[in-house]
Amino acid sequence: MIVKDFVILAPQGIHARPATTLIRLVKNFKSTVSLKKGDKTVRLNSMLSILSLTIKGGETVTIIVEGEDEAEAAQAIGLFFTEQLKEL
Amino acid sequence: MKGIGVSPGISIGRAFVLGKTEAALSGVLLGSEAEISQEIAQFDQAVGQAVDEFESIKSSTDLSLAEEDQAILDTQIELLTDPQLKADVIEKITADRKNSADAVIEVIKTFVQLFEGMDDEYMRGRAADIKDIGDRILKYLGAAGNSLPPNFEPNTIVIAEDISPSEIIIMDISQVIGFATQAGSKTSHTAIIAKSKGIPAVVGCGDELGTVRNDDMIILDGINGLVYVNPERTIIDDYLEKKATYQQWAGKLKALKDQPAVTTDGKKITLSANIGSADDMADVFEFGGQGVGLFRTELLFMNRDTFPTEDEQFGFYKNAALRSKNKPVIIRTIDIGGDKQLPYFNLQVELNPFLGYRAIRICLDRTELFIIQLKAILRASVFGDLKIMLPMISNVQEVRAAKQVLAEAKTTLLYEGVAFNNNIKVGVMIEVPSAAVTADILAKEVDFFSIGTNDLCQYTLAVDRMNEKVSHLYDPFNPGVLRLISHVIEQGHKHHIHVGLCGEMASDPIATLLLLGMGLEDFSMSAASIPAIKNIIINHNMDEAKAIYKNVMEMDSSEEILAYLKGHRE
Repeated sequence: MIVKDFVILAPQGIHARPATTLIRLVKNFKSTVSLKKGDKTVRLNSMLSILSLTIKGGETVTIIVEGEDEAEAAQAIGLFFTEQLKEL
Repeated sequence: MKGIGVSPGISIGRAFVLGKTEAALSGVLLGSEAEISQEIAQFDQAVGQAVDEFESIKSSTDLSLAEEDQAILDTQIELLTDPQLKADVIEKITADRKNSADAVIEVIKTFVQLFEGMDDEYMRGRAADIKDIGDRILKYLGAAGNSLPPNFEPNTIVIAEDISPSEIIIMDISQVIGFATQAGSKTSHTAIIAKSKGIPAVVGCGDELGTVRNDDMIILDGINGLVYVNPERTIIDDYLEKKATYQQWAGKLKALKDQPAVTTDGKKITLSANIGSADDMADVFEFGGQGVGLFRTELLFMNRDTFPTEDEQFGFYKNAALRSKNKPVIIRTIDIGGDKQLPYFNLQVELNPFLGYRAIRICLDRTELFIIQLKAILRASVFGDLKIMLPMISNVQEVRAAKQVLAEAKTTLLYEGVAFNNNIKVGVMIEVPSAAVTADILAKEVDFFSIGTNDLCQYTLAVDRMNEKVSHLYDPFNPGVLRLISHVIEQGHKHHIHVGLCGEMASDPIATLLLLGMGLEDFSMSAASIPAIKNIIINHNMDEAKAIYKNVMEMDSSEEILAYLKGHRE
C-alpha cells in the first residue's frame, strides 16, 4: 500500500474537469485507489463522491493506492497532482 | 428584470420559451425477483443508451465541438456511469422494490439536494449537471418526454427555467442570439458555453422570467445582467446604439487581448490592474492584464462591525493569490483614515484628515493590528507572487519601522511553524512629495516604488480635489508634479528597483507617451482601461516618447502641455 499527501495546486480545486481526468487515469490501473480529505475517504472511481468532498485549491488530500501495480499507479497519480492538475 | 450577466454583449430578438416536462414518480412496487432483475437490466440499458448518445454527439462532425464542450460531455459520461449512482439505484430497486424510473428520480433528487446545499458556488452549479444526467436516463426509461430541441428561427433569444449542459450542446444555436434563464450561476454550463461562443446570456433572473411568452420582444443586456420584455421604443433605440458601441469596442478588445504591450521598437511594457477583491481577478486577465499593480484591501475592513481576524484576512489574500496565475499581486496595506472611515475604529474627526492620522501612520501606531495583516499576507504568500506595498510613506524611518514589524510577523510565523515566502518583496507608494523628492534614499531600503498620482498631485499642489472651489487647480500635468514623477522613475532605475504607477494617470491616454518617455515600464489601472492604453503603446516607439517627454519638460504651463499632448494624440 502506498500513501501520499498532495497539495491541490489548481486554484479552482478538484472540479468536474480534473475529476473526470483523474477517474479516467485511475481506470488504467488494477489497483484500488482512494482519496482521503479530513476524515472522509472515497474511492477514486466515482465523480459524485469526489465532487461531494468539495476539494478546494490549497487543500491537502491523501491518496491511498493498493494493488499489484500500485507503484506505477502512484507515480501516475503523483504526476497528475503535481503537474497536470495545474493545466486543467 | 435583473439577473446575473454571465456572457457580455447586447441582443435584441424574439423569445422562444423552452418547455420541460418533469418525470413524475409512478409509485409502482415490484412484486417478484424476476421483476427486480428486469428493472436493473433496464436501468443498465438506459445508461448505456445515454452514454452512446453523448458519445455520438461528441464524435459528430456536424457539430465540430470545441474542446470545452468535449470536456463537458466527458464529465457527463463519467456521471452517467458513476458507480455510486448505480449502487444507490440498485439499492432502491432491490431493497425498496421501486421500479427503475422511480429509483432514478429519487437517487438523482438526493444528489441534487446535496449539491445544491453546498457552500461552494461552483458545486451548487453542478446540481444542474446531475439533474441533466437523470433526465437523460429517464428519457431512455420512457419516463420523461424530453423533446428534441427545435429549429430556431433567426434572432431567437432562448428563455428557460434552466438549460442543461447536454441541451445547450446539442441545441442548434446558429440562430440563437441570447439566453436568459430563471436559475443558474456564473459557473453554470449555460454561462460557460454562452461565454465561449460569445452569445450574451443572463442567468438567475428568478420566477419573473416565467411570464415571458413565445415571440415576446426581448432585450438582453449581458453586460449589466438585464432583461427587458416588450420594452418601449425609447429603450429599444437606446439599446440599438449601445449595441453598436459595444460591438465596436469588443472587436477591438478581442484583437488586443493576447497581444503583448510592446512598442514598435521592441520596448516591453507591463500593464497591470488595480483590484479590490479576488473576484476582480477574472477581469484582469479578460482585459489582458499581466498582474495586479494595486490590490486595495479596504473592502476587507469596510462594511463590518469588527476588525477582521488573521484567518479572515488570510482567506481574502489567498483567494486573490490562487486566482492570480502566479502573476505579481501588489497588496497595499491598510489605507484607512483620510476619507475612508471605519465604524469600529473610532477615528477622531480631524480638521485636515488628509494630513492626519491615516494609513501607515495608524499602522505604526497600532502595530498590534498591522502585524495581523502582515501575518495574513505572509501566510497567503505561498499561494502566489504577493508583494507588500506601504502607503503614505513620507520618510525612510517609517519604512524601517514597518519592516521591523514585518520581521516580527515572520518570526512569529516561524515559531508557529507556518509556511511563508521569506523573500516577499516590500515596496512603497510614492504619494507624499517628501517621498518623491527623497526617492534616492527610499530606493536603498525597498524593492519597488509605485507612484500614486492622485494623492501625489493633491499634496504637491496643496489642492483638495473634493473642494469644488479649488478642484480646478488639481492638475496632474502641472510641471511640478511631472518633475516629481520623472524624478522618482529616474531614481528608481538608478538604484535598479522596479517603478510602477498606479494612479489615474496610468489610464489617461493623454499621459501614456509622456510617461513612457520618462522611462515608466509598469502602468497599473482599472482592468477595463488596459486595452485602450495598450493600443497606444503598440503603435508608438520610444524615440517618439522620449522626444515628447523632452519637449514637455521645456514647457511652463499645464495648458501648453495638455494642448501639446492632445495635439500629438491626433
